[in-house]
Amino acid sequence: MSSRDAILAAVRANQPASTPPIPAIPLFERASRSLLDEFQENLTSMGGKLAPALEAGGLDALVRALFPDAAVICSATPELRGTRPLDRGAQPAELADVDVGVVRGAFGVAETGSVWLSEEELQVNALAYLAQHLVIMLDPTRIVGNLHQAYRDPRFKTARYAVLVTGPSATADIEGVLIHGAQGVRSLTVALVPL
Amino acid sequence: MKPVDHAEASSHFIEAKAHLEFHDRRLWDLRVKRDRQAHSIPEWEELRNLASAIKEHTLSHLADYLEEFEAKAKSNGAQVHWARDASEHNQIVYDILSAHGAKTLVKSKSMLTEECDMRPFLEIRGVKVIETDLGERIQQLDDEPPSHIVVPAVHKLRGDVSEVFARTIGSEPGNNDPHYLAEAMRRDTRPYFLEAEAGMTGANFAIAETGSFVVCTNEGNADLSANVPKLHIACIGIEKIIPKFEHLAVFIRMLSRSALGSPITQYTSHFRAPRPGTELHIVLVDNGRSQRLGMKDFWYSLKCIRCGACMNTCPVYRRSGGLSYGATYSGPIGIIIDPAFDIRKYSNLPYASTLNGSCTNVCPVKINIHDQIYKWRQVMAERNQLPLVKKEAIRIIGKVLSDPRLYRAAISATGLAIERLPRFAIYNWLNPWGRQREVPEPPKQSFRSWYLENRRRQ
Repeated sequence: MSSRDAILAAVRANQPASTPPIPAIPLFERASRSLLDEFQENLTSMGGKLAPALEAGGLDALVRALFPDAAVICSATPELRGTRPLDRGAQPAELADVDVGVVRGAFGVAETGSVWLSEEELQVNALAYLAQHLVIMLDPTRIVGNLHQAYRDPRFKTARYAVLVTGPSATADIEGVLIHGAQGVRSLTVALVPL
Repeated sequence: MKPVDHAEASSHFIEAKAHLEFHDRRLWDLRVKRDRQAHSIPEWEELRNLASAIKEHTLSHLADYLEEFEAKAKSNGAQVHWARDASEHNQIVYDILSAHGAKTLVKSKSMLTEECDMRPFLEIRGVKVIETDLGERIQQLDDEPPSHIVVPAVHKLRGDVSEVFARTIGSEPGNNDPHYLAEAMRRDTRPYFLEAEAGMTGANFAIAETGSFVVCTNEGNADLSANVPKLHIACIGIEKIIPKFEHLAVFIRMLSRSALGSPITQYTSHFRAPRPGTELHIVLVDNGRSQRLGMKDFWYSLKCIRCGACMNTCPVYRRSGGLSYGATYSGPIGIIIDPAFDIRKYSNLPYASTLNGSCTNVCPVKINIHDQIYKWRQVMAERNQLPLVKKEAIRIIGKVLSDPRLYRAAISATGLAIERLPRFAIYNWLNPWGRQREVPEPPKQSFRSWYLENRRRQ
């Protein structure tokens, strides 16, 4: 018997007979607060930053002002040119020297301060991790209340890779001291830019 | 094999005062943060009920859900392997790696690969394995297993980490700054991410309806391991399956809140299909799980989502350290899982508990942990796994407690004994309980004699 069949047979023989039916999951919607305020509060608590409002010069000026020393700015969205075009077919390791990655997020989640990204937005997934800093643009009208609502989004079922990003790479593995930039990006900035 | 002696092992942990105090404080701090998050969600208790019901439902239909997961994963282009036990798992992983000529494997933290003791298996076959979670990497470099399932090096202080790094990755000796040490690790690891032929992750959840699996990290190291090399291997215990994405919401809302007291991990990553031009291999591992599923009192432990909340709240765990359990899984959840792997080796673990029930109260999937600990004690007694001293003590206590006359005589003598007995009678090698404790002042009067006196007066 193959291992597969042996495991399935053992599971079938042993799995408990009396069981609860699968429960229906409510959406637990709460109407009271501003989704944007809640999003910002949670993003900040997770170490992310909200960019100041765009001024003349738009996104380019904003990214330049945030990262004046950046040599390589690589953008996965046509809304910003950056210093190096991102080739969808690039090998991930080619992004090792990127200082700032820029991408447009699909939607945000107020409850956690997270932004949804997939291979569709990122072009090369590793951009969100190999870059030293990440800037995500988010349409402030595209924020859902909580994770129940977020997980009803059909794109979770079609994306090869999807991630809820909530702040920069972080660790507290040495004496509980919080450190940003453990292995991935050292900072995460969300810029509210309507689509 | 000789049983693990938790009391003896923890005595060494307790001797290191600074470490003990930090460990206790740090884990209690996680518990306090967990409470703050839980109390901020009005539906928290309802979420726990839902999580428990989803898991119980899935586990009792597990074979069907596993088949659904496999079919979907295959149609997504992933290759699915099945491993009956640890050695089959390790062999499958090695075969995949060698078929790709992979010599370096970057991996994120996985308790399953710890359970399978995979690293040494691969390393003697010439594969360089790089743990990329900071805590797990510290433990790898120090040649120690993780002491906590979420924060693997929580028992170490910054000086210990500095010493390990100076010895192994060439950091500046004596530099104990955590920022410097984390940066040293980042710089040491980055080249491996770029050069490794293969990456590995575990999975926190696997979703039957789409064949996806979900990995939660704060460092983003799983995303690097999976998204940079051309080969991604994911090792998944068969109990990780849940039916649908809508169920995932319940667990993601509670996982990091229970574990670290944050609303979510920095990265919650969903893998469904390989990137174009790359391969995704999923290894589904049994290793005793199907057998545990058939244990009437103990199958509930398979609901566990490995948040570690029960460990953080446990007074015994906080003051004895994870390594003293001598097992992959420590703390309250370890106590109820480990004996199912090896009943003799872990026969003493069910006694590393005060049965205060705090573990059960914080468990996000409502595992009856302290009930199971108590039931394991019964199993150990029935299977004759009690050490002689404990057995004799329990026999005598049993006699006394079942006979009111003997009990009363013993109670009035106990007060006297605590006051008058020489210290060696309580603090001796037969009674490890006395080692770190002082007995309380005995009450002047027993409840029974107080009751008789006062009733008589009325």
